[in-house]
Amino acid sequence: MNLSYTAAQQAFRAEVRQWLLANVPREPFASYDTREGFEQHRAWEARLAEAGWSSVTWPTELGGRGSDLIEWLIFEEEYWAADAPMRVNQNGILLLGPTLMEFGTPEQKARFLPATARCEAMWAQGWSEPNAGSDMAAISSRAIRDGDHYVLNGQKTWSTRAVFANWLFGLFRSDPQSSRHHGLSYLLVPLDAPGITIRPIQALNGKQAFAEIFFDDVRVPVGNLLGEEGQGWNVAMATAGFERGLLLRSPARYQRSAQKLVQLYQRHRAEVDHDPSIREAVLRAWMGAEAYNLASYHVVSRLQKGARIGAEASTNKIFWSELDLEIHETAMRILGPRAELCEDLEVHDWLEGFLFAQAGPIYAGSNEIQRNIIAERLLGLPKS
Amino acid sequence: MDFTFNEDQQAFRDSVSRFLMVEAAPEKLRDIWQTDAGRSPELRAKLAEQGLTAFSVPEEHGGLGLGDVDWVLMTQELGYFAIPDSLADTAYVAVGLLKSLPEGHPARDSWLPRVANGSARIAIGHSVNPWVADAHLADVLLLPHQTGSTLEWHLVLPLQTHMAALPSIDGSRRLATVEWTPDAGSKLIDGAAAQTLADQMLDRGAFNVAGQLLGLAQRMLDLTVYYAAQRKQFGKPIGAFQAVKHQLADVVTKIEFAKPVLYRAACALASGEPHAALRVSHAKLVCAEASWLAARKGIQVHGAMGYTWEVDLQMFMKRAWVLDAAWGDRGFHKQRIAQALLGDTAPLGPGNTFSN
Repeated sequence: MNLSYTAAQQAFRAEVRQWLLANVPREPFASYDTREGFEQHRAWEARLAEAGWSSVTWPTELGGRGSDLIEWLIFEEEYWAADAPMRVNQNGILLLGPTLMEFGTPEQKARFLPATARCEAMWAQGWSEPNAGSDMAAISSRAIRDGDHYVLNGQKTWSTRAVFANWLFGLFRSDPQSSRHHGLSYLLVPLDAPGITIRPIQALNGKQAFAEIFFDDVRVPVGNLLGEEGQGWNVAMATAGFERGLLLRSPARYQRSAQKLVQLYQRHRAEVDHDPSIREAVLRAWMGAEAYNLASYHVVSRLQKGARIGAEASTNKIFWSELDLEIHETAMRILGPRAELCEDLEVHDWLEGFLFAQAGPIYAGSNEIQRNIIAERLLGLPKS
Repeated sequence: MDFTFNEDQQAFRDSVSRFLMVEAAPEKLRDIWQTDAGRSPELRAKLAEQGLTAFSVPEEHGGLGLGDVDWVLMTQELGYFAIPDSLADTAYVAVGLLKSLPEGHPARDSWLPRVANGSARIAIGHSVNPWVADAHLADVLLLPHQTGSTLEWHLVLPLQTHMAALPSIDGSRRLATVEWTPDAGSKLIDGAAAQTLADQMLDRGAFNVAGQLLGLAQRMLDLTVYYAAQRKQFGKPIGAFQAVKHQLADVVTKIEFAKPVLYRAACALASGEPHAALRVSHAKLVCAEASWLAARKGIQVHGAMGYTWEVDLQMFMKRAWVLDAAWGDRGFHKQRIAQALLGDTAPLGPGNTFSN
């Protein structure tokens, strides 16, 4: 145990803090689920990239900082403390990037990694289908080889950012005789290819937060296959472990929310203290966010020492998604009758966050699936 | 920044765990707890041989000189094997007070070596606890005495007290009311220093119990997983049903997110951080909650068997239930957290978890 940051870590924190102080826009952007807001966020990502902050865990030669996970945690702490804009290309940077680095050919790396870092390639994900949700191995969209192309037919859905993104990565069935997780291929698909139809889906907040994508004889060059044909499941899963789970939702996000919740409560104490359970919920929000951060540092420290983390990632998913709900439910209760006024300046962000929190236990592997994983892989209970 | 234990710490824990697995098996504990004294001198001697009594005693007094961060792993083992209060109170909380006394203080020199070699049991009174645990076999008692605004700590021999036992539903507990009259000869320390010691003792006591509660939670989970894998209904193990799996997955999550909070509290105590009380109360709350959830889900999954005296689960459930209110109940610890967070003294928000 040594809970002091090294001089290098402190210097890194100071550098991040200074840059953010000088560069974080003072006026909030429009929602990234609008055309205008998406472009504002994309431009911000590009600025981050120019300064080397868009992907700190990437190697320096690819535009990152070569940071380890402790530095990444520090970066996130400073980023959230500065109220910097939401990140709009995390799909590409955190999810696709490491997969490309592991499985990509030199040509693919050269073509996609710098473009992703600079936010010229903005990525959507193509996993879920109408009949393949929690049961992802039921994927039926096809990619059939025809000469030096794959021909894609089928439908993907719940694809976040697909309305405004220009690329998609996902799994398609390349062997029509195969079933389950065999015979799938991992493809990189330009969303402006002929035969693609994108139909936005309105989310709870009325915005076009995700989309259905229809593929009608879409021709994708074989050079866009990541890993080997038929090995897509393994390619997708290889980097799906703990790090991706952690990187998806950094603890600083919840620490910042909990801090703002304490401030919100302090401002409204006179009105809400007639319900003593609100004070307790505020304390619990801090406790939960702090616990998530401590758990992250604990597991990152173990990873740095060479430990392998597997199914424990499922406890993380459950914890942060339920924490996010608790934090925002408490904010709604503090705001009381005003909580429905969606244009009220004090209400707006809490209400948006409350709606978004409803999705947390569902996306990125529903919490029911996570509980199955914990029971079967951590506790060794039999499959049903 | 390294928020992990080193190999020596883990090895010590493993060896204690292997030892207790044999020496503190549930059937042995049942036999011991059913005696009047509820304690076994043989087991105590073996615990001393393992270094558990000497653990926190400074080396110059014959101890191992280990600290709070080392002890946090022991607390979980003591909880996992439901080792009674006497050891944890004596070897950690009482030692903590004695070694905080000024160098050369006679109580320090006379009692620390005896704790280290396993020949002394020390019972502890504290204003947060209405009764004293393990007073009945104590060789000496550490008791607070409040006169007006002045607090004193006394080192009191059993002959100077009158004790009355208070039976507990937890077979491992031996509680008593202790009446005594302070005199100048028994006084250890008074004034501001005595209050500081009382505060430190409260934090050590609560932290000590938090670790045991977490160990208890893990034990109840392990017992329940074993049962769910063995017990068959509808032609398969009940652990194959999602309704059972999901309850146990929730216990895992509670335990996994209580652990690092407990470890953070250990570090706060070890370096005497100004907000150690906040860290300890946080740990006490989440460990208590994890243990109660493990008990609740444990008995549910055990079905009617879980409601019996015969099945071992009851021994661990009862201990979890009673330790919940030991060294400050949940309301007490929530109040301390509220004071720190809402009184504008503790730094909130990202980047402050390790800033003391």
